[in-house]
Amino acid sequence: MQVSINTTRRSLIKSAVAIGGLAAMPAWARGVSHGPIRQGFDEVSGRVIDLAVGEGPIAVAGRRGHAFAVNGSIPGPLVRLKEGEPVTLRVANRLAEDTSIHWHGLLVPFQFDGVPGVSFPGIKPGETFVYEMPALRQAGTYWWHSHSGLQEQAGHYGPLIVDPAGPDPVEADRDYVLMLSEFTPLHPHTIMAKLKKGEEYFNRQKTSWTDEYPLSGADRRMWAGMRMMPTDIADVTGSTYTYLANGHAPSDGLEYLFKPGERVRLRVINGSAMSFFNVRIPGVRMTVVQADGKNVRPVEVDEFQIGTAETYDIVVEPTGEAHTIVAEAMDRSGMAVATLASRPGARAPVPPLRDPVLLTMKDMGHGSMDHSGMDHAAMGHDMPMGEMDHGAMNMRDTSTLPADVKVGPGLDMVSAEPIDRMGDPGLGLDKIGHKVLTYNDLSALEPNDDSRSPSRSMEIHLTGNMERYMWSFDGKKFNAVADQPIRFAFNERVRVKLVNDTMMAHPIHLHGHFFELVNGADRMHQPQKHTVIVQPGGSATFDLTADEVGDWAFHCHLLYHMHAGMFQVVTVASPEGVA
Amino acid sequence: MRTVIAFAIVAVPVPALAQHEGHGQPEGEKPVDHSAMDHSQMDHGAVAATSGGPVLQGLKLDIPKPPEAPPPAAAGSGPPRAADAIWGAEAMRESREALARENGGMTLFWVQGDRLELRSREGHDGFLWDIQGWYGGDIDKLWVKTEGEGEVNGPLEDAEVQALWSHAIGPWFDLQAGVRQDLTGPERTHAVIGVQGLAPYLFEVDAAAFVSNKGDITARIEAELDQRITQSLILQPRMELGLSAQDIPELGVGAGIDHFEAGLRLRYEFAPEFAPYVGIEQEWKLGDSANFARLEGEDPSVTSVVVGVRFWF
Ligand SMILES: [Cu+2]
Repeated sequence: MQVSINTTRRSLIKSAVAIGGLAAMPAWARGVSHGPIRQGFDEVSGRVIDLAVGEGPIAVAGRRGHAFAVNGSIPGPLVRLKEGEPVTLRVANRLAEDTSIHWHGLLVPFQFDGVPGVSFPGIKPGETFVYEMPALRQAGTYWWHSHSGLQEQAGHYGPLIVDPAGPDPVEADRDYVLMLSEFTPLHPHTIMAKLKKGEEYFNRQKTSWTDEYPLSGADRRMWAGMRMMPTDIADVTGSTYTYLANGHAPSDGLEYLFKPGERVRLRVINGSAMSFFNVRIPGVRMTVVQADGKNVRPVEVDEFQIGTAETYDIVVEPTGEAHTIVAEAMDRSGMAVATLASRPGARAPVPPLRDPVLLTMKDMGHGSMDHSGMDHAAMGHDMPMGEMDHGAMNMRDTSTLPADVKVGPGLDMVSAEPIDRMGDPGLGLDKIGHKVLTYNDLSALEPNDDSRSPSRSMEIHLTGNMERYMWSFDGKKFNAVADQPIRFAFNERVRVKLVNDTMMAHPIHLHGHFFELVNGADRMHQPQKHTVIVQPGGSATFDLTADEVGDWAFHCHLLYHMHAGMFQVVTVASPEGVA
Repeated sequence: MRTVIAFAIVAVPVPALAQHEGHGQPEGEKPVDHSAMDHSQMDHGAVAATSGGPVLQGLKLDIPKPPEAPPPAAAGSGPPRAADAIWGAEAMRESREALARENGGMTLFWVQGDRLELRSREGHDGFLWDIQGWYGGDIDKLWVKTEGEGEVNGPLEDAEVQALWSHAIGPWFDLQAGVRQDLTGPERTHAVIGVQGLAPYLFEVDAAAFVSNKGDITARIEAELDQRITQSLILQPRMELGLSAQDIPELGVGAGIDHFEAGLRLRYEFAPEFAPYVGIEQEWKLGDSANFARLEGEDPSVTSVVVGVRFWF
């Protein structure tokens, strides 16, 4: 059993601010020792912080693997910073390959954003790279991870908190981090190759003669006719993943201690490579107070879906002896579990996994088809399929695409009627019977700093081919457009509409900026985010003020989608040049 | 202090009503979108009922959509690559190339033994292989196929190998062209052109036409379908059709439909990459091919019980 770290107490390992030579450094900082990797994390803080990237064996819930770890643990240490203060982060590479750290959500000079090939050359083996951050311009919950190869899947990630310079508008008696991620004994390159070669390789919830899905024979023929799978919810699943809470498998029994009546703040970070989670605490209402590091007007919910790379801070006021925190993978193939416990060892029941999720007409880009039935029940399987003319349903009508979308083998579907889906709770949560957070529930707590209307708009299509496992923006994989970045003028305000022409949800992340979701909140309170989920077959829209100069990565945060090509560079031109 | 958030901005219901007008035209494009409205209003109600908070979302602002336009001239004014100005172009070159190669440009190597089986037909035991593999990227691949059969402890009856260039011509199909070399009988080399891919209703299809160095034209169409019984147990119907434009007596091939095969294999995937199977296969030689077979003292209609393994890596 593990007791989690109460992050308000900073009594744990701090960075070696004074360099006392090798002897004074802990083992992980000297690196190369390659001992077993610890689960869970310490905290580092101060004006100078040392991080060392190493590798070693790890065992999770009885399964063994080889992992990359920072400072000897997975997740790596909680990096705790202070708004208004500068910080120097020294990252030593003890691996046999290049590495990097990207500070996810931090506003930093672009050359310290940590993306090899975009912002800097990467960190060579044996080298120590120094990130010199000027006074931090923000507070909130963030995280960090490798942007080199597929290292993130192998354990190279950790939480990051910036404490506000003034009083925190969120008041809580306890302040905990809940970092969700995955463990797999497979090498990340093996996973990538399986996805490329074996269609739906990791899916063990496929339709079959003996399944219990509410699909008629006509439904099944329709899906087969489209050469698509209604069960295509997650590419990599619980068939190989053990879902982790702060590095711990469900059987490890991660605990967060509280006294009844206390107000507990949970900083939920989705640090996984490929998983969306549905988070709930049965019997406890959750108040969402922050999204992607930015305070929002409090929203009370029973459940929320967190996409890869998103963060949500919630406040709960547990009353019972124990409450289970359930982070169920979106495809329902597994869960990460922790407990809010009023005394060590207290436990509440762990609910079983809910039924697997099926895609619907809406997820196929036929968003308007459900107005015939007026509600979700009209979508997909509940609809009398015999009445629908499937022959007439063109899943790939490329005539509706803008001219800059490349039509080719990399594009297997075009959303015919991609409706705005920021009011959707996420796949599988539309009929759950209790309040689930949607983007439309979010509004900024503090007024935004740019009141201008966008001067232009642009549309970016999220494109892919499931069968070939190709993923791209506008039909073009990154390797085809590496020299043609998306260009913005400095301080330009642009409305960007992301249209999802695939049947998968993509968490799209822009580095170095926050954008404002166009979600119906008044313009000064549109919520700011660094990552936005675009639901399958639908769209999401944000307003962006391009006020951070430099080149920035813009990509799907599903690691293997990024690696398959769903990546671009956004260039914000400086009036004076970058230096 | 029990206030979750000391927020300065409390309920502002007025804009919500203001926004309500004209929200049937979100962003001024798609026609009225009932589904989106229904959702948002449901959410709206639910939130109001549960939190009593100031949340008023779900109604799109009535802002006219700004024009879709190319970036202004100022967007092109900076250096082509910002990092070069800091770290130097030479220092960036390697990582930049690696990034492009990794994010979309990868190459892979794949081998699949689709059928590797022993066949028992009326007392004669035979074997068959049908293996293919490729090396390449998403669009272009070098594709190699080999298949053949023979009798256990006997001679090879048929064996061939094909080397093809494969090019993706759509989301689901590749065009393949190259050469085929026959390894048994009267030696033949063929030019090959074909398509391979996934047809509607999830049929795996491989169709090819061959022109031999003797000028003979033949064709072959194969189709398979995976019927999942459970997550691991799969029934696979398979059919193969051989066509010929002319009689080729030395090969025992007759004009028209030369042969037709229909098979049914039941396999169990211990892992997706490794699945033993049992099955039954029926082959008919038709027309002149049947006559050629009879002249050879063979039965033009043969039923085989098969046991084998399917694998890939
Ligand atoms: Cu994606």
